Amino acid sequence: MTDATPTLPQVLQELRTAGMDSLRPTRPRIAVGTATCGLASGAADVLAALRDGVASRGLDALVTETGCIGYCQVEPIVDVLVPGYHRVLYSTMTPAKAEALLNSLAQGRIPAEDALCQIPMEGARRAGTNGSIPLLADVPFFASQVKTVTANCGFINPTSIEEYAAVGGFSALWKVLSQMSPEDVIEAVKASGLRGRGGAGFPTGRKWESCRRAESPDGIRYLICNADEGDPGAYMDRGLLEGSPYSVLEGMIIGAYAIGASQGYVYIRHEYPLARRLLENAIARAREVGLLGEDILGTGFSFDIEVSQGGGAFVCGESTALVASIEGRIGEPRDKQHLRTVQSGLFGRPTVLNNVETWANVPLIISNGPQWFASMGTRTSTGTKVFSLVGQVKNTGLIEVPMGMTLRQIIYELGGGPPDGKRLKAVQTGGPSGGCIPESLMDLPVDFDALSKAGSMMGSGGMIVMDEDTCMVDVAKYFMAFLMEESCGKCIPCREGVKRMHQILTDIAEGRASQQSLSLLEELAEVVQDASLCGLGKTAPNPVLSTIRHFRSEYEQHILDRRCPAGVCRALLRYSIDADLCKGCGACVDACPTGAISGELREAHSITQDLCIKCGSCFDVCPAKAVVRA
Amino acid sequence: MGKTITLTIDGMPVTVDEGTTILEAARMYGINIPTLCYAKNLSPYGACRMCIVEVSRGNGSPQVVASCTYEVQPGISVQTNTPRIARDRRMIAELLVASAPNVKLAQDIAARLGLQEVRFRFEDNRCILCGLCIRMCTEQMGGRALTFAGHGVGRRIAMPFDKHSETCKECGGCDMICPATTVPCQGVKPEGYLCGGCAMPVERVYCCSMGNPGCFCERNPL
Repeated sequence: MTDATPTLPQVLQELRTAGMDSLRPTRPRIAVGTATCGLASGAADVLAALRDGVASRGLDALVTETGCIGYCQVEPIVDVLVPGYHRVLYSTMTPAKAEALLNSLAQGRIPAEDALCQIPMEGARRAGTNGSIPLLADVPFFASQVKTVTANCGFINPTSIEEYAAVGGFSALWKVLSQMSPEDVIEAVKASGLRGRGGAGFPTGRKWESCRRAESPDGIRYLICNADEGDPGAYMDRGLLEGSPYSVLEGMIIGAYAIGASQGYVYIRHEYPLARRLLENAIARAREVGLLGEDILGTGFSFDIEVSQGGGAFVCGESTALVASIEGRIGEPRDKQHLRTVQSGLFGRPTVLNNVETWANVPLIISNGPQWFASMGTRTSTGTKVFSLVGQVKNTGLIEVPMGMTLRQIIYELGGGPPDGKRLKAVQTGGPSGGCIPESLMDLPVDFDALSKAGSMMGSGGMIVMDEDTCMVDVAKYFMAFLMEESCGKCIPCREGVKRMHQILTDIAEGRASQQSLSLLEELAEVVQDASLCGLGKTAPNPVLSTIRHFRSEYEQHILDRRCPAGVCRALLRYSIDADLCKGCGACVDACPTGAISGELREAHSITQDLCIKCGSCFDVCPAKAVVRA
Repeated sequence: MGKTITLTIDGMPVTVDEGTTILEAARMYGINIPTLCYAKNLSPYGACRMCIVEVSRGNGSPQVVASCTYEVQPGISVQTNTPRIARDRRMIAELLVASAPNVKLAQDIAARLGLQEVRFRFEDNRCILCGLCIRMCTEQMGGRALTFAGHGVGRRIAMPFDKHSETCKECGGCDMICPATTVPCQGVKPEGYLCGGCAMPVERVYCCSMGNPGCFCERNPL
């Protein structure tokens, strides 16, 4: 590697110039976050209001779209860049607020109302007066984040290859093609310590190296981007694909050069129509400008990418099932444990399969150097990781933090802790393959190895926060119900075992279980872990085993005392009315769907247990808090 | 002549051709490994997990693999019947017999593995989803008339799109290989889908005029 960077080819220069025109225009730039999370909160109406408002006022402003900046809780977010000033983010926008914003902008003012924060821009000054608009670094949700992979999400327009080039995109690709050998690229990725972001954490550089060295009958090698993100509550890959699809493409092109592949696939799940559209647009634009296809940038290297869409099966995120699905076969895992995908994957050729976030990290490693990447995070887990922070937490959204940050920091500093002053109980990481980590272990760093030791796993980055109102038996039951449907059903341990685990958990939740049920559950979980065919089955018992490990007393309370301490398992609940507190207002009588409550007005009411369906309506409406749940 | 590979099975050094599976190698040397979804001359499928063994290399911790699909690798050491494997197999048999208690094969396997009690609630499935009929049809009969449909607990064997397949030659191969049925196929009425002796309840519904014990027609779904 030499330090002298050769000049960018004409095509990249042109893209960059065009991109700067729309990214830092000489007129105000108003960008609406129209990723899935934004659209779900009404971003389309805000966008329409802004477009109409700009046109009707004759304002000289550019209204455009962007991805999600991560703070999904306060979507729709509008990003306003007035030349000469920092970018200002406006949160929870509505068409009415958009009108007000335009009125201010028309008067040449950057309003402080509804402003979330401002993002410093080079060579610009602060917007607002006397700190009326806080800086990004002063907002707790953003303060501890280190945005590298997601740096462009929520700023650039995901459809614009020019804007991606303008923020430095494709310079890593040019660096690779112009001055690095494939071996150099693999060495750089190895030196960075990058590990697969899909969950298992296999070292990416080593995977690439094995694939490059593997024998291929005809020299053909493939690479695949796994965008079949199916864990409940996880949407990191969607955020990346909807915010910065070109980063993923650039990573894939670099990877293809390193392993010697000429064809790549993106396997995207059926449930991500917007991400798919943006990705297909990105591929088409990249082909148009010559960054994909034959003879990329005149270097003689050829590579193309095809999008393959899943049919809605969770198991297709498993490598061999995914490969089968792209090949056009039934998406179920293949039992060839002696053969790795890097030796014999897609169409029997050596194949590298990496997750969206892994690919998006590659250009950053090349541009900034492996040392820069390795300097973030811990010794064995380098770099940053994107998490979707969801559940019982004040601030939900996509966050990017350096590896090694503690769960407590993430949940309390970024997330603001559970809402309504509730106590934190556990956090679920890794989706159905992961486990629940109790409050007592919140000082664990997020790191591949530390989380595995606690009985969970890093997973692809879903982080579901649970407060004291969550029943851990119910959580385990939920994941078993999910897997019961989503297992492919091929092997007996997974198909029958998960079904039986769900059955035992249901028995526990409904007060039919004995101590023997718990030991049977544990034994069964271990066998399913041991004997299942694929990764889905082998990790399926994790939600059960981790909750038993950390919350055994809660299981025992269900079994021995027939009591659900969190008040979730309906069959174990009993509602009654405290006659001393009851004012006889009759609110519960109106709320009860089965007519189980009776009593004279202004006299104490009572519940007929035989009629009670334990829906909790009376508990919710009672103004005197006289309904007792036990 | 291909390369040969040396490994140990239950401590015994074994030399076999490259590409041999652990199951084949073990049987060659007289070591018995129970199987269910395996049939000679059909491709191994690895679904029943009855033939699991422990494989270790060097000092690594042993890995549980299905011996019917795992091709021998130089230097590996295979243990076919450790306490862990015995426990796993017994649990699989328990799952199997709880799901299909009236299938004689499931009972036999459970008895052979020393299963004493079944701790799960009994169901009454006739088909154990081993997939032998599908592989028989596809690989030996060139029929491609059968496939798996659905996933998870909803998995079942069906003709594509639940319509009678024109590629079904009504050869009866599926019925012949089915390990779950004890009722021989008596032929299929032309408009019937396929013989489903394996899937029949004990009280048989004779829906075909030929006295066929079962076909997957509307009146007698699998």
